[in-house]
This record gives sequence, C-alpha cells and structure tokens, in this order.
Amino acid sequence: MAEGIITLTSANFDETVKSSTTPILVDFWAEWCGPCKTIAPVLTEIAKEQAGKVTIAKLNVDEHGDIAQRFNVMSIPTLMVFHNGEMKKRMIGAKGKTQLLAELAEFIPTKS
Amino acid sequence: MKGSLMSNTANSPHNVIIIGSGPAGLTAAIYAARANLAPLVFEGEPSSSSDQPGGQLMLTTDVENYPGFPEGVMGPDLMMKFREQAARFNTTFITEKVTKVDFSKRPFTVWVRDTQYSAQTIIVSTGAQSIMLGLESETRLIGHGLSTCATCDGFFFRGQEIVVVGGGDSALEEATFLTKFASKVTLVHRRDSLRASKIMQDRARSNPKIEFKWNSKVTELLGTDKLNGVGIVDTVTGERSQLNVTGLFIAIGHRPNTDLFKGVLEMEDTGYLKTRPGSSYTNVPGVFACGDVQDHTYRQAITAAGSGCIAAIDCERWLESQH
Repeated sequence: MAEGIITLTSANFDETVKSSTTPILVDFWAEWCGPCKTIAPVLTEIAKEQAGKVTIAKLNVDEHGDIAQRFNVMSIPTLMVFHNGEMKKRMIGAKGKTQLLAELAEFIPTKS
Repeated sequence: MKGSLMSNTANSPHNVIIIGSGPAGLTAAIYAARANLAPLVFEGEPSSSSDQPGGQLMLTTDVENYPGFPEGVMGPDLMMKFREQAARFNTTFITEKVTKVDFSKRPFTVWVRDTQYSAQTIIVSTGAQSIMLGLESETRLIGHGLSTCATCDGFFFRGQEIVVVGGGDSALEEATFLTKFASKVTLVHRRDSLRASKIMQDRARSNPKIEFKWNSKVTELLGTDKLNGVGIVDTVTGERSQLNVTGLFIAIGHRPNTDLFKGVLEMEDTGYLKTRPGSSYTNVPGVFACGDVQDHTYRQAITAAGSGCIAAIDCERWLESQH
C-alpha cells in the first residue's frame, strides 16, 4: 500500500472512520478493476499533498465485502467521504485529479 | 538530452505530442522515444468508461489474442507493460485530457484548460469509447445496477439475473464473463443473428446460463434509486415485455473520440478520422492519426499497436524531411 494511505478492513473500518480527526476519503476498490488502478496514483498524490487536511483510505471490496454491502456498493471504484463518522459524499467511477480535488474542496480547509 | 533531434526545453516546442494512451498511443511513444524524439504523452484522465489512460483494454479481463502471451494476459496488466516500456525510453506522461487544439499553424498548440503546450508534430490516438443507449434514466442508474464496466462490477451481481445488450464480440465476452457471478444472463440483441466471432459465439451458445432474446431493444430502465427491471420491445412485432433484472451491461458499439478535432481534421460522417491509405497522415501535414480513432474496421489491440508504430515512423521521417 502506498505511503500515507490507510488500509481499511472489516475489523478497523468503523473505529477508523469515527476517530479520524480529518475528513476521510475511502476508495472502495479491488485488484481486478482496471479503473481502480488508474486512480491509485492520483490518490497517492492527493494523500501526500493534502496530508493533515484529508485522510485517504482504501477498502478492498473482495476481502471486506461486508462493508461494501453495508454501503450498497454496486460499482467500483466508489469513493466516499466520511466526516465525524458520517458519510457526507458518494462518488461513483474513476475521476481525474482536478475533478477529484474539486469534489473534495468543500472538505479541505483553506489557509486563513 | 543527448542525441535528440531537438531538445524539449520550456520555451522550445516538443518534437512530438501524442494524444491518447491505448495500444496505439503507447506504441507510438515507444517508437518515438527510441528515435530520441522525447515524446510528450497526454494519457487522458481516469474514468470508468473506456475513455481513460490505457484505453478500452483497461475494462477487459483476459486478452487471448495478443501475440506473445500464450496463456493470455489481463488487459490492464498489458497496458501497464506498454506504459512502462514507453517510460523506459524517455517518454513524459501527463495524466490529463487535452481540452483544445490549434493545428492551423506550426508549431501546433494543445491546451489542458489554461496550460498551453506546443510541438512540431502531433500523433492523435484518442481511440473510441462505448456508446450508451441514450435513455434519460441511464445517468441516474449508473452505479446502481447499470454498469459501464463488467470486469469492475460483475462481482456485485452474484446470484442475480442480469441483461447484456449487444451482439458483437464485446457483448458476448461480457455475457460469458458475467456468468461467473450472475445466475442468469439474458443477451438482448436487436437482430436475429450475431456479428461476433465464431469462437465467442460458440462459447456463449454453449453456456447454460446465457439466454438470447433476439430482435429486441431495451427501451426503458425501471427503478428509481436502484435498477429492478428493463422494458423491452420486439423490433419485429412491436410487442412490449419486461425483464426483472438487477443488472444491466451495455455493449452496443463504439464511437471515436474526435470531438476535439471537429473542423480541424478531416473525418468521416461517423466521426472517424481520415488517414491517407497505407499511412497515418491526416489532412494536416505534421499531424498523424493511429488506432481506433481512425479505424472502424479492425479495432484490435494488435492493429492499434501496429498503426501506432506506423504513426511514429511517419512522424520521425516527416520531421527529418523538414530539415
């Protein structure tokens, strides 16, 4: 797993999402999904550039299907933003960096 | 940059800009890079359609007809290898979609939003993307039963009944792949025969989980926040019926990604770019095209790769001829 990206599992999902001090973007992915591979480097870059402002996490739907099922994931990649333990946004399909940062803007505090 | 024809500094134009990164674009990159042209590749933007870095193969599983892989190779893995090979020989990648081009004067200019890049030559390899049905409900149900990527989403339809629309190789490949998960796959096709290859037809016809619904068209998607059925009309009798399925996969064909070049490059009525027969030359000297964006006949990974090689060689010789 790339540096700065948290790996979520059935065991740590709830606790991690609830206790995160920053908004957390969860990437529901699997090994056999081509578009999931194309967004992986984008997520790595965002994790690095937005460190401390937004947390990037990944959940493998093949290994932790119960979590995917709980959120009715029927297509991957699906990206969800959680804040204060609640799901705030759901995006279906792979996106480019510019698009993704625009979607995340509302969750990223700007410098004052 | 030792040995290059012209160096790529911030102010001087690139030797070649390649737009698109499927088998055609990446093969062109490998050849151009090995010719010391230091190509700049705009590989596109991640998406869940076939219009993405790596192209249509990113949405496939086993590729069984690409030479050199007797056991088959996964589409995304094959494209990663293409990309690594291009990168090894000094190719620069920008993971963005080109938003505007100006081929009216040299050097040519391309834009990604407000950022401008210029080059002596351009290789267009933007490929083609799958066509949707054009129903209003499609946008609403994408990711909620309607999928643009069978390999990504098949997994979520375990034990469920689904529909695949189409009659070509892609449709049969998807239908066959999806029987790994679905309890039943109905292939809805508007004609009474298939245009798919013999091997794909035999595979699908002998699969007990696949049923064929001939002379039929999907006209309606049912369900508000989740697909729960599709409305079908018989193209011969006009009779309407309904299939209660939770999944829908569409493989009815492709259209070339040429919106960017309207009024700039000559194209067929269908939008495919015109190239001079036996070459990759477009109507604009110094602009070359390869891959599915100019090929509605063969549309194979290997033919796309071959045409990418042609484009790179045409481009290199054209550059030399300008000295």
